[in-house]
Amino acid sequence: MTDAAALPQQTNASTAQAETMAWDSRARRTVTLYVPLACFVLILLFPFYWMTITAFKPNAELFDYKTYNPFWIGSPTLDHIKHLLFNTAYPKWLLTTMTIAVCSTFLSLFASTLAAYAIQRLRFKGSQYVGLAIYLAYLVPPSILFIPLATMVYQLGLFDSPLALILVYPTFLVPFCTWLLIGYFKSIPYELEECALIDGATRLQILRQITLPLAVPGLISAGIFSFTLSWNEFIYSLAFIQSSEKKTVPVAILTELVSGDVYQWGALMAGSLLGSLPVAIFYSFFVDYYVSSLTGAVKE
Amino acid sequence: MSATTTAPAWNRVRQEPGWLARVFEIKIVLVLACLFPAVALLMTFLTYPLGLGIFLAFTDTTIGRSGQWVGLENFEYLLEDPLWWNAVFYSVFYTGVATFGKFALGLWLALLLNNNLPLKSLLRAIILLPWIVPTVLSAIAFWWIYDPQFSIISYLAVDVLGVRTTNIDFLGSAWPARWSLIAANIWRGIPFVAISLLAGLQTISPSLYEAALLDGSTGWQRFRYITFPMLLPILAIVMTFSIIFTFTDFQLVYAITRGGPVNSTHLLATLAFQRGIPGGQLGEGAAIAVSMIPFLVFATLFSYFGLARRKWQQGEGND
Repeated sequence: MTDAAALPQQTNASTAQAETMAWDSRARRTVTLYVPLACFVLILLFPFYWMTITAFKPNAELFDYKTYNPFWIGSPTLDHIKHLLFNTAYPKWLLTTMTIAVCSTFLSLFASTLAAYAIQRLRFKGSQYVGLAIYLAYLVPPSILFIPLATMVYQLGLFDSPLALILVYPTFLVPFCTWLLIGYFKSIPYELEECALIDGATRLQILRQITLPLAVPGLISAGIFSFTLSWNEFIYSLAFIQSSEKKTVPVAILTELVSGDVYQWGALMAGSLLGSLPVAIFYSFFVDYYVSSLTGAVKE
Repeated sequence: MSATTTAPAWNRVRQEPGWLARVFEIKIVLVLACLFPAVALLMTFLTYPLGLGIFLAFTDTTIGRSGQWVGLENFEYLLEDPLWWNAVFYSVFYTGVATFGKFALGLWLALLLNNNLPLKSLLRAIILLPWIVPTVLSAIAFWWIYDPQFSIISYLAVDVLGVRTTNIDFLGSAWPARWSLIAANIWRGIPFVAISLLAGLQTISPSLYEAALLDGSTGWQRFRYITFPMLLPILAIVMTFSIIFTFTDFQLVYAITRGGPVNSTHLLATLAFQRGIPGGQLGEGAAIAVSMIPFLVFATLFSYFGLARRKWQQGEGND
């Protein structure tokens, strides 16, 4: 890095002016653009690299930096993952989390598609206030709601039941999806619906046969968002679920795998890695939808 | 004759819809039916609990026992509680420093990404990763990175670079633990800020920069007088979101320190959880949670004025 900074000054002194300019700007570009960018990528990725490497290291290497290079694995092992899959309830936790995430995603997609359609397309009096109210609902953080929700869940007899989470997750999914879908419906030409109306289709037929098929990309990105958000949810699941086998992955790793004073870092990291993989894979297929809807939602 | 036979046949082409479909043709019914699922869900699990939370804050409810109305007693108790004051201080400090860090670094990253780069979409996918992965799981990775004995940062500082002789005790005492949590929060927050601001940067018309270049502006002037003002509306919205969700953060602190060492890193949310759920003092926990509301209202107003400014800048009327 110091070399690159010093070089432009040396070359400035030389006589080949045009060549120097080109060299100068390339060196500058490297220093001001690629080096900082590389640092960002390195820092943003390092915890994942460290997680992965720890998950496959045998315990002997894990706690001995003197004889083994900590940045590489001498003899990779699957022990931690085997321990996780066969000696703990990890597969069960994964299954529970998956079920909860899928159910709450479908529930909120159903509710928010209808709501977004009503707000954006039916254009009733005061629709923009309903839209604003739903937007404001997104700004109410779970940290304020979990205590009263815990008492409610207890009174409804849903305490320690995954159903409680399926019903509660839409509180933060519905506002977000509705908001996103309103934006998406706006981009579908209204003329299409008018044509269908003239042809004598009912409103429900229009929604089912014209608007929804056109809104599939929007529905997909709302679905990905909901899935990742409910997969990542922590505080409700921590507060409402008591028994070990019904916990979701993030809560279970933190409360069930951390036992005693000696932390089993290998198993912890393997658990974190496996718990991150489904969302990471799911998201990598749809990254473009994700980015465009994220930035679209912000731009709205 | 032929005219009378064809007329009814022509009439029958359009099938009469069933009574249910006809009911749904009435606009108000359709609107209510469409809004019902979303509004019912939000009313039951968001609006009602919000009110219930405020009510609980004025009672002495504990787990398994509905409480008595105690008026402002919970809040009076909190005002004399050094732990609550400590949590207020750390929540404000945490939000302030982390938001500043996220936006400074996020804006820098967005400006870097706005250049012509190879492998742009791969780069974007990599950069969003910290935001996608469950916070608790990356927090556990940070916990391991901050380990007192086997921290990789300590290893780098002591054995590779030789700038220190002892391991860094990240989470063992108050101030290092506070800064470590802030660093983890900034790490998690950068991607969202960078990608949102990048979207904002891409909407700025290049002709503005060309005009400024012709006028002989410097790089700093172009940033100060074109990029920054054009980015301000998005900046305001993203910042509001970021402030709200940093101030009410729970996962990161709960996963890494659980409010320790000696309660020095409690945020209001973790303190409310500790008193409310394992401690069983639901009334007091609710009071702590409710004490976050004034701050959130302030942040929302900030967002509102950010939006208003945007409309004014674009020369639009108020819809």
